Amino acid sequence: MAEHITAASGADLATYHDVSQFLFQQSHLLDSKRWQDYIDLFTEDGLYWMPPAPHYTTWDGTPSIFIEDRDLMTVRMKRVSHPNAWSQQAEWATNHVVSNIVIQGTDAGSGDLLVQSRFHMLEVRRDDVRHFAGTYQHRLRKLDGHWRIASQRVDMVNAQAAYEYVLQIWV
Amino acid sequence: MPRDAESDIRSLVEPDRVHRRAYSDPDIFEREIAQIFEKTWIYAGHETQVPNPGDYWQFQIGRQPLVMVRGNGDEIHVLYNRCPHRGVQVCGSRHGNGGDALTCPYHAWRFHYDGSLESVPLEAGYRDTRFAANKGDFGMKRVARVQRYRGFVFASLDPRGPDLVEWLGEARVAFDDICDRSPVGRVEVVPNCFRVIQRSNWKFFMENQLDAVHPSVTHMSTGYAAAEVERKLKRETGSQPLHYHYLSAFTTPFEKWDQLETAGYPYGHTTLGGYMGLRPSDPDTLAHEKILAQAYGEQRKEEILGRNIHHVLIYPSISVQSPLQQLRAIRPISHNRTLSEIWHFRLVGAPEAIYRRSLWYYNLVNSPATMINADDLENWQRGQFGLSSDGGDWVSFHRDYGRDTDANGELHSTNGCSELPMRAQFRAWVNYLTATE
Repeated sequence: MAEHITAASGADLATYHDVSQFLFQQSHLLDSKRWQDYIDLFTEDGLYWMPPAPHYTTWDGTPSIFIEDRDLMTVRMKRVSHPNAWSQQAEWATNHVVSNIVIQGTDAGSGDLLVQSRFHMLEVRRDDVRHFAGTYQHRLRKLDGHWRIASQRVDMVNAQAAYEYVLQIWV
Repeated sequence: MPRDAESDIRSLVEPDRVHRRAYSDPDIFEREIAQIFEKTWIYAGHETQVPNPGDYWQFQIGRQPLVMVRGNGDEIHVLYNRCPHRGVQVCGSRHGNGGDALTCPYHAWRFHYDGSLESVPLEAGYRDTRFAANKGDFGMKRVARVQRYRGFVFASLDPRGPDLVEWLGEARVAFDDICDRSPVGRVEVVPNCFRVIQRSNWKFFMENQLDAVHPSVTHMSTGYAAAEVERKLKRETGSQPLHYHYLSAFTTPFEKWDQLETAGYPYGHTTLGGYMGLRPSDPDTLAHEKILAQAYGEQRKEEILGRNIHHVLIYPSISVQSPLQQLRAIRPISHNRTLSEIWHFRLVGAPEAIYRRSLWYYNLVNSPATMINADDLENWQRGQFGLSSDGGDWVSFHRDYGRDTDANGELHSTNGCSELPMRAQFRAWVNYLTATE
């Protein structure tokens, strides 16, 4: 942990600002239901992963709540955009807040920037309110001057709780 | 059951339709809990959930909080999770290990894994009391019956009634099919349980599992979305991963579904024939077949893989998809709320690729981020809403009514889209709810 603190304090303010804006923009795309723009934040080999519990170290060969590359994300986008996606007839909206952003350092092998943050998401669906909260771990890669997501791991504190209904879209 | 209650139940079920009160009346729900869930065989869990002595896993039958505990050897006990001293829940986590003895957190009463009392503090204080004279009564209460079939553990709160194997009857095929696909005849649980609450009566789930008309309607959005990306991948790379087919298969038209067969058995169990082309001829499948042929011989292997079972419903608590090694158990909460517990199994000794293939189904279809069940749960909730209204009294199960064959208590249909499974379930429902003992 001490290493992380060192790495974080060593990140320059411009990078911190840049990364923060990126994470805020990512949340904004989700809350605005701009699905294709959201998918386009990911690199060609990017992955979105939500493990069932914090102790999982890989999605490979283990159960996942979400494990999606851009193609599977596209399936999800096309599903919720289909006129006969019945569950989408219910009015719904989300609000994400992202904070506690820690730049953990740079991965020596890939050069990816490792960033941890905390999120809180409120969802309203019909007359019901649900809360989801947890940790994002991003591997960010700079391509053509823009940050892209090489991987996003989402550890929800709710992950093992019984779900009232399901998760229809990325958290 | 009083005569008027019995005639009330009978008045709700006609051969081809059911009164909405079966779903919307909280009093009927209480009777279901007492007469079905707290009487018949209910799924507890799989023995590999508790591999080591003292391992436990909590679950519920009807209103009763229970705990499944591994003993010191092969035995598995199912206990009421309640200390006989002051009633405190002894096991506090969803699952864990009890240590040397299951110990109450309030006054340190300790229990053997079979529930019997190991020790109490300050035992001298009980001298000459009724506790001392009846120590055998001061254990954690065991449920009336625990039986296993091929590693799948069931419990019954009632000492009477048929044994598990007799009660399962032809529905045993669910477990035979899943286990026989392992060259050593065993499965082990993947240690993760997804839990999702359905805002609908438990019977919506039971009826939906073998309803072959709903997939291409309910799941149209996902079916088409997956088919589109599947085509793109095939175009770009020449092949497409099998797991896209798990989603695009939901576009299968009615006519194809109707070519399947359904059957309904005594006690309410029902089966649906296979449809997903789950015996492909890719190298992974062929490697698996080779291992099975080595273990069982060619003829037996063909019998195993030729079963063509897609879905087995074991009334009233589980749905098993044996070719994909998935099991969903339901725990009714109230007339309009139902908890589902979703498990995946690994075929012991089978190639890793077979496990990974079915893992995709677990992730894409059965996880809490499911692209399939999202629309099921929506429909059932809307169904519950409708059946609570005065907009009509009856639920229609007329499709292919009068064309089932009915022999020795078994219903069979050569129409996969027949509403036979619903009719068969309600026939059993009446029997359970009107049983005098």
